[in-house]
Amino acid sequence: MPITLAVDFGSTYTKVVAIDCDDELLVGVAQSPTTVGEGVMIGLERALARLDATSGVKRGDITRSVASSSAAGGLRMVAIGLVPDLTAEAARRAALGAGAKVLRAFAYELSRRDLDELARLAPDMILLSGGTDGGERKTIIRNASALAAAHLQAPIVVAGNRAAEDEVEAILGQAGLDCTIVENVLPELDRLNVEPARAAIRSIFMKRITHAKGLDQAEAVVGRIVMPTPMAVLEGARLLAAGDSGAGMGDLVVVDVGGATTDVHSIGSGAPSTPGLVSRGLPEPFAKRTVEGDLGIRVNAPTIVETAGIARVVSGLGERMNGDQILDRVRQLAVEIDRVPREESEHDLDAVLAGLAIDIALERHAGQVTTSYTPMGPVQLLHGKDLSAVATVIGTGGVFAYGRHPRRMLEAACYSPESPTSLRPRDPALLIDRRYILFAIGLLAQIAPRAAANVMRRHLTKAEDVCDVV
Amino acid sequence: MSSKGTLVLGVIGADIHNIGITILAAALRASGFNVVSLGILVSQEEFVKAAVETAADALLVSSLCGHGELDCPGLREKCTEAGIGNILLYVGGNVVVGKQDWEPVAAKFAAMGYDRAYPPGTTPQRVIEDLTADLSARLEARA
Repeated sequence: MPITLAVDFGSTYTKVVAIDCDDELLVGVAQSPTTVGEGVMIGLERALARLDATSGVKRGDITRSVASSSAAGGLRMVAIGLVPDLTAEAARRAALGAGAKVLRAFAYELSRRDLDELARLAPDMILLSGGTDGGERKTIIRNASALAAAHLQAPIVVAGNRAAEDEVEAILGQAGLDCTIVENVLPELDRLNVEPARAAIRSIFMKRITHAKGLDQAEAVVGRIVMPTPMAVLEGARLLAAGDSGAGMGDLVVVDVGGATTDVHSIGSGAPSTPGLVSRGLPEPFAKRTVEGDLGIRVNAPTIVETAGIARVVSGLGERMNGDQILDRVRQLAVEIDRVPREESEHDLDAVLAGLAIDIALERHAGQVTTSYTPMGPVQLLHGKDLSAVATVIGTGGVFAYGRHPRRMLEAACYSPESPTSLRPRDPALLIDRRYILFAIGLLAQIAPRAAANVMRRHLTKAEDVCDVV
Repeated sequence: MSSKGTLVLGVIGADIHNIGITILAAALRASGFNVVSLGILVSQEEFVKAAVETAADALLVSSLCGHGELDCPGLREKCTEAGIGNILLYVGGNVVVGKQDWEPVAAKFAAMGYDRAYPPGTTPQRVIEDLTADLSARLEARA
């Protein structure tokens, strides 16, 4: 049985997914804690031993393998642009779409303080943009000079004004910096172009960043680590939406709740779903990822409670715990980051925390409607993506793999009359990635799209179908 | 760039009249300008940001609902703050309420910092001629 192995060196767990691409079968899934300090091979060996024990997959059965990683801090990036809501935002979105953790987005000319901050942040990579094609060129050139003088070691992807790229390349090249020139992230004000920057970021991640982080010792077993984990999830979502040869699931939203962060991925144009709604602001990426660095159900459990307010947690738990009890529990969760719930009350708390994280993350990801009153009557303005008509919402992450209340958690992603201006999915099918394999599907999207899409479709479970009662 | 200049166009404020600006944008493009049209309901901040990012030579502000005296003041000052204080500013449309004598209206908009103001019925051709003249005068002044 020839097995294709997908591996994720996650920040907490190393996961292995074995798929038989010929018969389009999910053969097995296993995981073991990631071991960065002692070398990632140890964690991988343990996960593979578990895979063998549970599914009988031997090392010799594996004919090819492909891997992603978010270990050792993930891909830490800084985005630089000119105007904060235009090229700086476009660059930020491109980096997020490439699966990066965006530490900061800088705008206008970099000051001495900005450069000190950059040195302190020590990003793995920098995305430098600024100016539409043929537009403003002084700022990106000055910023390139400032980066050249600052002796930063990080590779730089340049995706700015085409009319300035030769000069920027010369400045960075002379300083001996590793720079890659790609098409502008915002060639015209009404055209976002994130794919070339995304591809360049991925290629540098694959060739250099994994080596710098010492993750390449696993290469002998798993081949190259081809992308950051969040990009694998986004690619998985994209494959499911488009299908392997056309017949996909259509527009969808994926929520990925982790211990430290909550990611939301939406695939679709996000164009206004009702007539009369006028789009404002920067164009939206078709495949959009946002990451909430303050929302997670372990490390950031206290932040969820702080952001949502303790009252919502108390009422979510049906007043079975009081405020002080909840605060004690979430403080403990922040320390015990690999805790898997055992008692029912722990499952309940996880579900409430995850639901709140999803609610807040969707509020930030989905488009908002504002009303502008004109002499011709009120006009509705759309800022962001209109997700009202999205047909499917998928939950992925540990809490959906082991959690008991998937439906309750995912309903938090949907439209609510309490916040009518947030354009979230109105009546979507709610599905969960019970086997936690969506990242693997994204990794396989390039090499075996048909098998990947079919395996995923078969293993998506209706949120209703999973135990919502004890 | 071989274009005659980069122009940012938009209908300012709470105004949704898009026909004038659509015709003007087409005429300006046809005569060789690089046109960045922001559409309707454009705030002053959006005009300024777009001009900075595209290194625009001129901002063409359209106002048809009669609220020009509310929507237009302050744009020149915002440009100055953003470092593009010398940009050409044009305004046109039904910029004031009702039918008024044009001379005092033009003076009002000149005082707000607009280089040119156009009454209803202005042809695109006249705007093209003025832009060509104003932009080449600036080029000469710089040389």
